[in-house]
Amino acid sequence: MPANRTGPTGSSPAAGALAAVAILGFAGGLLVSSFAGFRDFLPELLRGAATTVQVAAGGSLVAVVAALLATTARLYAPLPLRWLAVAYVELFRGTSALVQLFWLFFVLPMLGISLSPMTAGIAALGLNIGAYGSEVMRGAIEAVPRGQWEAASALNLGRFRTLRRIVLPQAFVAMIPPWGNLFIELLKATSLVSLITLSDLAFKAQQLNQTTLRTVEIFGIVLLIYLALSLLVTLAMRALERRAGRRLLRGKEAR
Amino acid sequence: MNESPASSSETPMVRFERVSKRYGALTVLDQLDLDVASGEKVAIIGPSGSGKTTVLRVLMALERIDDGVIHIDGEPLTHMPQGDGLVPADARHLRKMRSHIGMVFQHFNLFPHMSAVQNCMEAPMSVLGLGKEEAHTRAAELLTMVGLADKLDHHPAQLSGGQQQRVAIARALAMRPRVMLFDEVTSALDPELCGEVLNVIRELGSAHQLTMLMVTHQMGFAREFADRVCFFDAGRIAEQGSPEELFGNPQHERTQQFLRAVMEAI
Ligand SMILES: Nc1ncnc2c1ncn2[C@@H]1O[C@H](COP(=O)(O)OP(=O)(O)O)[C@@H](O)[C@H]1O
Ligand SMILES: [Mg+2]
Repeated sequence: MPANRTGPTGSSPAAGALAAVAILGFAGGLLVSSFAGFRDFLPELLRGAATTVQVAAGGSLVAVVAALLATTARLYAPLPLRWLAVAYVELFRGTSALVQLFWLFFVLPMLGISLSPMTAGIAALGLNIGAYGSEVMRGAIEAVPRGQWEAASALNLGRFRTLRRIVLPQAFVAMIPPWGNLFIELLKATSLVSLITLSDLAFKAQQLNQTTLRTVEIFGIVLLIYLALSLLVTLAMRALERRAGRRLLRGKEAR
Repeated sequence: MNESPASSSETPMVRFERVSKRYGALTVLDQLDLDVASGEKVAIIGPSGSGKTTVLRVLMALERIDDGVIHIDGEPLTHMPQGDGLVPADARHLRKMRSHIGMVFQHFNLFPHMSAVQNCMEAPMSVLGLGKEEAHTRAAELLTMVGLADKLDHHPAQLSGGQQQRVAIARALAMRPRVMLFDEVTSALDPELCGEVLNVIRELGSAHQLTMLMVTHQMGFAREFADRVCFFDAGRIAEQGSPEELFGNPQHERTQQFLRAVMEAI
């Protein structure tokens, strides 16, 4: 808890520095690439980046929903559902994202379920990160003091009502930083979808590299785009943390 | 024959009947018998670990009991009638019985992400089904009663401990309980903040037909406020009586020891 309290207030200079790095990095990247492969490669690479962003955004949404459902089921559902949720978490944490991707894209069709590459990519990465996210959520929920549950119980609030109105809003703040890490993990893992025919940023880079062999320029630009995207995620999560933290501890110093 | 005082002919508001509570090998409540009449104010005192908090927690149905029966206004709390006998209560029955009781905790346990008024509106809206306006009116009235009319929109972190505890009292009252439980509600407060909380309880006692059970270390307050004082020792009531009897002329050796120790500490 004390760590959260210092987090939101202490993070503004850090966030400023991050923003500076992001802007400088991106501007510098554009400058460098304008000398070299900028005009030749950037449009194609940005098209790839759009696919990457699409997979990352869709995957993040799936991850949050999957984590929420799995956590709720693991903590509060009747036994069979609880087992199902545990099985999901262990299965998706215990095998690699690549194998999960191949299962959804190559094995499921043999069982009669065909997914588009985009759907398979979003589902596989989302479910993979969601399994880790469920652990994050469970930790944050269990860290909410028992007295909160008891006060709610004494007021006759039901279990789900208590979870939704009392516990989750408090756990939410503690979840934000680790979720930021997971979103960045997810972003980096999106390069796997090139293996199931999607033309994401990594795929475009390889394709351009094979035809032009201007390796340094291409992968220089690619590196900068990935870096800019992940810094964007970090900044967004910092802002969210500040907002949520302020709501929870409004005017702590105003006693 | 009219020997019986009014209270003994009525159904007690709270009745513990040979109630036992164990944690593993540790017996925390040992075949406890306790009747509390409607409107009666009972102070519970005793050494640390004697089971005082547990009495309130089992009455609030936060803990299950291992033996015996608790009745609230004649209705079993942890059991419900079925056929000829009693079976363990289901969730619905527990919720119904809990609605008669309110509890205030040592550490307030306010919801930190909600303002004072929201703390007092949440349960009336979601449990009693009150509309937003009605819940707000009720919450504002109660917060005014506990002297916090100007703090409705403050969050717990913006309030002093005494103010937080008064919000907690208002929050419990918003559910219109018939029995209020106070568990050492001033123990976590700086001494200069105890008075404002005790004043609220005092007012509640004189203005309402509330039945109150309060665990306290404030012997002065217990003496002045309670109709009856129960001295707990090792999960039983070792001695009970009017404040005058218990404080003025304690019979039991453990009571004498305890009171001596408390007085010395002051
Ligand atoms: N959840 C629990 N698990 C195990 N022991 C407990 C638990 N709660 C209370 N106890 C034990 O029960 C005894 C009575 O506790 P309590 O009712 O809180 O005492 P008091 O309020 O009189 O100080 C203590 O010895 C305490 O350690
Ligand atoms: Mg206690």
